[in-house]
Amino acid sequence: METPFAITLNAGTSRANHTGSWRTERPLYVDRLPPCNNACPAGEDIQGWLYEAESGNYEAAWRKLVVDNPFPAIMGRICFHPCETACNRVQVDDAVGINAVERFLGDLALEHGWSLPVVTLDTGKRILVVGAGPAGLSAAYHLRRLGHQVRLVDSAEQLGGMMRYGIPAYRLPRVTLDAEIARVVDLGVEVELGHAVLDVEAERRAGNFDAVFLAVGAQIGKRVDIPAGDSSKVIDAVSFLHQVAEGDPPLLGRRVAVYGGGDTALDAARTARRLGATDAVIVYRRNRERMPAHGEELEQALGEGVTMRWLSTVDRFEGGRLVLETMRLNEQGFPEPTGEFEELDADALLLALGQDTDLSLLKTASDVVVNDGVVQVQASMMTGEDGVFAGGDAVPADRTATVAVGHGKRAAHGIDAYVMGTALESVPKHELATFEKLNTWYYSDAPRTERPELERIRRQTNFEEVVGGLTEENALFEARRCLSCGNCFECDNCFGVCPDNAVIKLGPGLRYEFDFDFCKGCGICVKECPCGAITMVPEII
Amino acid sequence: MTRQPVRFYQVGSFAVGNRLLNDEDRTVQSSPNRTNSIDSGHRACQGCGEVLGARYALDAAMRATNGQLVAVNATGCLEVFSTPYPETSWRIAWLHSLFGNAPAVATGVAAAMRVKGKSEVRVVAQAGDGGTVDIGFGCLSGMFERNDDVLFICYDNEGYMNTGVQRSGATPPAARTATTVAAGPEPGNVFGQGKDLPRIAMAHDIPYVATATVADLHDLEQKVERAMEIHGARYLHVLVPCPLGWGSASDETIHIARLAKETGLFPVFAAEHGRVTSVSPIRHRTPVEEYLKLQRRYAHLFGSSPRPDIVARLQEIADENIARYGLVTEEAGESVASEVRT
Repeated sequence: METPFAITLNAGTSRANHTGSWRTERPLYVDRLPPCNNACPAGEDIQGWLYEAESGNYEAAWRKLVVDNPFPAIMGRICFHPCETACNRVQVDDAVGINAVERFLGDLALEHGWSLPVVTLDTGKRILVVGAGPAGLSAAYHLRRLGHQVRLVDSAEQLGGMMRYGIPAYRLPRVTLDAEIARVVDLGVEVELGHAVLDVEAERRAGNFDAVFLAVGAQIGKRVDIPAGDSSKVIDAVSFLHQVAEGDPPLLGRRVAVYGGGDTALDAARTARRLGATDAVIVYRRNRERMPAHGEELEQALGEGVTMRWLSTVDRFEGGRLVLETMRLNEQGFPEPTGEFEELDADALLLALGQDTDLSLLKTASDVVVNDGVVQVQASMMTGEDGVFAGGDAVPADRTATVAVGHGKRAAHGIDAYVMGTALESVPKHELATFEKLNTWYYSDAPRTERPELERIRRQTNFEEVVGGLTEENALFEARRCLSCGNCFECDNCFGVCPDNAVIKLGPGLRYEFDFDFCKGCGICVKECPCGAITMVPEII
Repeated sequence: MTRQPVRFYQVGSFAVGNRLLNDEDRTVQSSPNRTNSIDSGHRACQGCGEVLGARYALDAAMRATNGQLVAVNATGCLEVFSTPYPETSWRIAWLHSLFGNAPAVATGVAAAMRVKGKSEVRVVAQAGDGGTVDIGFGCLSGMFERNDDVLFICYDNEGYMNTGVQRSGATPPAARTATTVAAGPEPGNVFGQGKDLPRIAMAHDIPYVATATVADLHDLEQKVERAMEIHGARYLHVLVPCPLGWGSASDETIHIARLAKETGLFPVFAAEHGRVTSVSPIRHRTPVEEYLKLQRRYAHLFGSSPRPDIVARLQEIADENIARYGLVTEEAGESVASEVRT
């Protein structure tokens, strides 16, 4: 063969030398479970929809979101976002404002009138959903999407359950609530309001339903026996909030005491302030650290002038005077009486001591097991009674709207498997993408964008929404703070850092693959992957 | 003063690519059409920093010159692992002569191109630290002094790694090599010796001198691009960790290079005509231990009979670098300097 001037040897390419044979370990692309997704009670693919939002593809993000949860605008306001508590970015600067982005997407969808996908399937199965709160509505939504006919009944005059009758309008404006509920109903859900189901078995037989989902909530405020004079006004907080929601608030007077330490206590106190109470005092028997209410809500309440009486119980209520006993926490953290008393002037006492479920409709459903006032369910959300499922506040779990939405979805899949005679598939979860698996060097430093809050003075007197939304710019910024834990976002790092050019870039959306003819198994790609989407596994010889 | 808003792109300009950035703001390395100047199948060790540095620099130079590039190579790892007969990993015009004469050969190539009227063809010479600071130093100094139109790139892995990890004029103090054993009261390489070649190059008043590491690709590519805009003698000094000689895990190569910069032990800067024009500030200031502990060549400073006194002397060197180049700015801890602005 002819060679150029001064060249005496023909060289071949080094690609003949397959250095892949040096390898003892090989890299492997994986998808790990982001902690936000893991923590979401509604089972949202948060990292997935943030990924779409990062590119400004908001409709795609919203569509991905509503696969799991039909209420982003509601959730973006009232969810206590365990996703943000779990967020890995907490260890870098501050959690991603997932809740705020969710709200932004939800509001954008309402603004643009994006509708949920049309149901095309019809299985001919009929499902009765009792209770139109978050669990019932979520179940109705998912059941419709699975092609089942749904009849949704509720004893109240309007849909929404506790989202309407428990959560005050300053946290969840009724326009938003109505719009997102209407979107679900528009999928073809038969609705019957003002209808109390008294006997679930009879109702099921009469309507020839294939299955029932009980989402009756926990509507009854717990009472304790507090000695009170005849003129003393004692109301339970659940009824109080319900009456306010119906536009018929009771007269409380200027000084209102709320007894309890949960979110309902805070809602009641903040609502009382808005109705004109100059003093809204929460009496709680333990301290701040042991308070079950969410910290964010407490901060907002304090900011609005609600005051706290820690380590106090109500002994009696007489003639506008509340007698409180001071408590002390013992070594186990339980409050113990000290025998010391103090007084507090009050015109009304609201009891926010927890809620019970009215399960009288189960009287003929003898196989349903009820423990501690709540219905026991299996993983499919089915009770002991064949074809009767339950969820939301009526079953043992955290009593939040998001948990209820998650129950609705799980129950819908359980019901689907039951009525179709199929096995309920449980998809194994990916390994958790913990902080140690990330290489956070690569992420730009970026503090969180806080949502604006109404000025305190304004919010004390009206029911206008307290927490504002993000602008588009802020929402995009916030979405882009996502570390994409455990899921490749095509940053090209593995492709760039491979000393052996053994990573093949497959193009936008298609990610990468390894060229094992040449990969020596050095592991740099694993170490330098920002989001922990590559792992090393031993080479099989 | 109105400040331009920083638009935020998740990984900004730290990662190799970024799907949220325009193509022109991404690196050469993020492109599937990059030259891959040095091809797969080369015999560099697992996790070799030098081959990575060479591909980064040459691919960037290829883009900057539209592929009109000749690379001259000194003897060393890079030459040995890329060209065992009958194979070559080079996909660019490449030649090798001797250990010590790469700068002179490159000068000759540049002269030949000029004579042939091929002014568009640019010349890069490359060598390891041995070929640069020791064996090729006379030729290199001459090339600088004559201001020959060559970009000389030194891939600094701080020793003669190919021949069995012997000390070079670029080996840092306290490091163990085959010729600076970790024994006696002053184990490892002695303090106060060796050459700081970027500063020696600056003393020649050549148009461009810069340092870089394989940990900051954007910075490295930018420097190569800047160098190719300039004619005359240019010098680029790239820190390339060596898993074999440094006794580090093969997957730590980039991490270690990053720590070299973040501790201040390896200052990253650029200079034109003898004056420093820019420095890469430290983003997260890190004590030198973090860097040293990952390398077995410093193992004698830790373990059962640790030498905190020697570690402290190394920290002093880092601190001096930080003071000399101003590596810690008010914005340290922030990424403002390297954030993409629009």
